[in-house]
Amino acid sequence: MKTRNTENGYGLVAIGMHWVFALTFLGLFGLGFYMMDLGYYDPWYTKGPIVHESIGLLLAGLFLFRSYWRLSGVNPEPEKGLHSLEVWGAKIAHVALYLLPVIIFISGYLISSADGKAIPVFDWFSVPAILEPQKKMADTAGLVHKYVAYATVAIIALHAGGALKHHFLDKGETLRRMIFPEK
Amino acid sequence: MIKSLIKSTSLALALLFAITTQQAQADTYKMDTQGAHAFIQFKISHLGFSYLLGTFNNFSGSFDVDENNPAAAKVSVEIDTSSVDSNHAKRDKHLRSADFLEVDKFPKATFVSTAVKVTGDGTADVTGDFTLRGITKPLTLKVKHISGGKDPWGGLRRGFEGTTKFALADFGITKNLGPASKEVEIYITIEGIKQ
Repeated sequence: MKTRNTENGYGLVAIGMHWVFALTFLGLFGLGFYMMDLGYYDPWYTKGPIVHESIGLLLAGLFLFRSYWRLSGVNPEPEKGLHSLEVWGAKIAHVALYLLPVIIFISGYLISSADGKAIPVFDWFSVPAILEPQKKMADTAGLVHKYVAYATVAIIALHAGGALKHHFLDKGETLRRMIFPEK
Repeated sequence: MIKSLIKSTSLALALLFAITTQQAQADTYKMDTQGAHAFIQFKISHLGFSYLLGTFNNFSGSFDVDENNPAAAKVSVEIDTSSVDSNHAKRDKHLRSADFLEVDKFPKATFVSTAVKVTGDGTADVTGDFTLRGITKPLTLKVKHISGGKDPWGGLRRGFEGTTKFALADFGITKNLGPASKEVEIYITIEGIKQ
């Protein structure tokens, strides 16, 4: 079982990070969506943001490593026999799924550090604020965070829809490649 | 004949002068928001355990005061609602949202006095039209005149403090903050510079 990618398929590390990132990202999206309208007396009113911010910052760390892994190693070629529109559509979605999270991480960080105070990651450590407190920065960053997250989830739906189509309709290897590492 | 005409004319002029100076004795003071010697603070219970304090950093206003006729005093103030500051960026973001001040839709809150009732030596109930979130209701501030006079830089200043309170729901803020937090108290201290 290979840890690194080859021309033909993904290694264990890329596969593991793909699924951990995907599930954590969707979990954070769900929690964020749920948090927006919580009542003041809801137990998650204070707990939700702590969990969301802590996991978000940890995921940003994973994201950095995942980007390094992707840029430094080989990437498998798209499966043979796909329409060029499918290949290009998938490529654009892949690029978007690396770029949009950058915006989400940065805007989320700016909301939480808008006071100029460090953001705690549970009670393990905290991430310092770099910018001086700025009026209304939290509002703008909040809007960006929300709508870019919606856009990303829409692209994830297309990306997942494509994978399912290749698996069930085309009977291809695309989805299987992202589950079973190269031998 | 001429003498009496001059006499009566000068009497009339003197009277007229007396009336106009009487009116002119109401001095206009501009609130010293530029030098930040004017504050509008709010205080609200947090769950009944303690109080949360906040302030509005940007506002402007003026008042007219006639020392001989305090009941004729007038005051008006315009508050930039987006300048709410409770020393917590995420809470301030929430306070600016539709749950509370909805500052995008209602960027200004205003108070314009309609009546001043002197209640004692240097104290008065100042009633006015208070507009918050587009809702206008009468509000009465208990105001105390602190002092007035020459400042060290050649100007004339005068200062007041005042308190009032109102229910959040009266101005369309219905977010449930708990039974102890239905009313907000306001404390203002305002120094004006004579114009």
